[in-house]
Amino acid sequence: MNKRKGFSGETLYKIFIYVVLIIFVVSIVVPVGWAFLASVKEKSEFYGNPWALPNGFYWQNFRDAFEKANMGAYFFNSVIVTAMALAMLLVTALPAAYALSRFKFRGRSVLRTAFMGGLFINVNYIVVPIFLMLVDGDKLLKQWIEPGSPLGNLLNISSGFLLNNRFFLALIYAATALPFTIYLLSSYFQTLPKDFEEAAYVDGSSNFRTMVQIIFPMAKPSIITVILFNFLSFWNEYIIAMTLMSGDNRTLPVGLMNLMKAQNAAAEYGQLYAGLVIVMLPTLVLYMCVQKKLTQGMTVGGIKG
Amino acid sequence: MHKQKGRGRFAALCVLPATILFIIFMVIPTLQVFWMSMFKWGGISSNKTFVGLSNFKTLMADENFLRSFQNTVLLIVVVTVITFAFALVFAGILTREKIKGQNFFRIIFYIPNILSVVVIAAIFNAIYDPNQGLLNSILSLFTNVKEDPILWLGDQKLVIYSLAGALVWQAIGYYMVMYMASMSAVPESLYESAGLEGAGRMRQFFQITIPLIWTNIRTTLTFFIISNINLSFLFVKAMTNGKPDGQSEVFLSYMYGQAYTNSSYGYGMAIGVVVFIFSFALAAIVNAVTKREPLEY
Repeated sequence: MNKRKGFSGETLYKIFIYVVLIIFVVSIVVPVGWAFLASVKEKSEFYGNPWALPNGFYWQNFRDAFEKANMGAYFFNSVIVTAMALAMLLVTALPAAYALSRFKFRGRSVLRTAFMGGLFINVNYIVVPIFLMLVDGDKLLKQWIEPGSPLGNLLNISSGFLLNNRFFLALIYAATALPFTIYLLSSYFQTLPKDFEEAAYVDGSSNFRTMVQIIFPMAKPSIITVILFNFLSFWNEYIIAMTLMSGDNRTLPVGLMNLMKAQNAAAEYGQLYAGLVIVMLPTLVLYMCVQKKLTQGMTVGGIKG
Repeated sequence: MHKQKGRGRFAALCVLPATILFIIFMVIPTLQVFWMSMFKWGGISSNKTFVGLSNFKTLMADENFLRSFQNTVLLIVVVTVITFAFALVFAGILTREKIKGQNFFRIIFYIPNILSVVVIAAIFNAIYDPNQGLLNSILSLFTNVKEDPILWLGDQKLVIYSLAGALVWQAIGYYMVMYMASMSAVPESLYESAGLEGAGRMRQFFQITIPLIWTNIRTTLTFFIISNINLSFLFVKAMTNGKPDGQSEVFLSYMYGQAYTNSSYGYGMAIGVVVFIFSFALAAIVNAVTKREPLEY
């Protein structure tokens, strides 16, 4: 009797848990899925029941988003900026993390503390000073280089070289991602036994060769984690891009912001949701491929907000 | 000896590029925030005048700033409490109970964390839309919101809670997955012996699970609170831009508005200084309040 009662209570509890979990899943899947469906709806369909399924696949939304709303160009910019930023980040962070965790040299502990402190400085706190710094830099360049001269034209001096430049946007992304990346990589390098390097030195390998050919290949799992996390944050970033970039140099999320603003006036819902899908599809595809890495890698970092 | 010197030079070369980038794009701008906060400076061409702490005096009497302060604190409290309560409980359930499709749940719950805030903002605009919105259309099944639609983002009192909803939605899954990882490290034998002694699920959760992962909770809590100041800015900027009538303004959105949109750099940076001090103080307080003797298992 008693046991049976316990059993049914147990079953109820299980059912309750599943119901709650499924509600939770629905609250995530439905809005995201809804956006996908909305991206192929025709304009008139947006004025009826929001839950209605699309009548057909109205791909014109995507064509409009790519061409009229310029999302095609923004997509290209996002790819370029993200790729450059990741490359610059790895080139600077990998050797730095390696040296900070494996070598003894003067100023090491100061640098370590500084990079750790950098974890607390969010880039959005300092976006305005960065913007002003680039404005000042452009002014200086204008004094040095004649705007009409060949070099001036090459560097686009008259309308600003530092500002609104994809290279410098990528550089700023890389620079502000350094503390987190160095922290993550150092914690991995510290766990490696010294034997590998010693064996390499005995064989006559230089410091540089040891680092590039022995140590970095071993760090591949953490390098992949670093690339994944930073890919997501660079691809999705919009405050710095919004502040520094204009015209055709905007990135995808900023383009989507513009579509959202335009929607208030022109009600081009189809274009907006097509743009939304364009922004999130690459991250979703990537996530589906590497979800295991991502959800495991986070326990290594543990502190990324 | 020669080798030692070579090693030192090599290490210096390794850290040099990163250090230069770090100094130019993080250290100097941070110092600039503090330095510029003491100037009256508006517009790119106009000149700076040193005014000492007068910007801060103005701030203390600025109603809009005080409201953004209030909103920031409100969002921190509401979002943190809800996110952590749900994340911990769900993680506890998913690791302890034999749930089918655990992996499926984990994959789905993590999705919001990989989306851009702008994407989430656009989705939530669709949810909160007063006329064709998903939320009001669900509510219309139960109440009469058709004639009298709820303005989720247009109502002065409601808007901050609507923002909190979006913030919680994007954060919960991430923390849940993280706690699942740390909870699964708690040895099963502890639960078994507790079960034998008659401790129920609730007691096991509060007296075994929570104390044993406390260090993890503590670190994540501190970082969550700091990142919340930043995330609330991202959401406000993308969803409401301070509307209606500045009611949804938070710390950083007000700073950005003053410094970038209005070009009152000095005043904006004074807000930045307050945000810096506030977030460091808060982190220190949270750290001190949550201090416990670490338990080992």
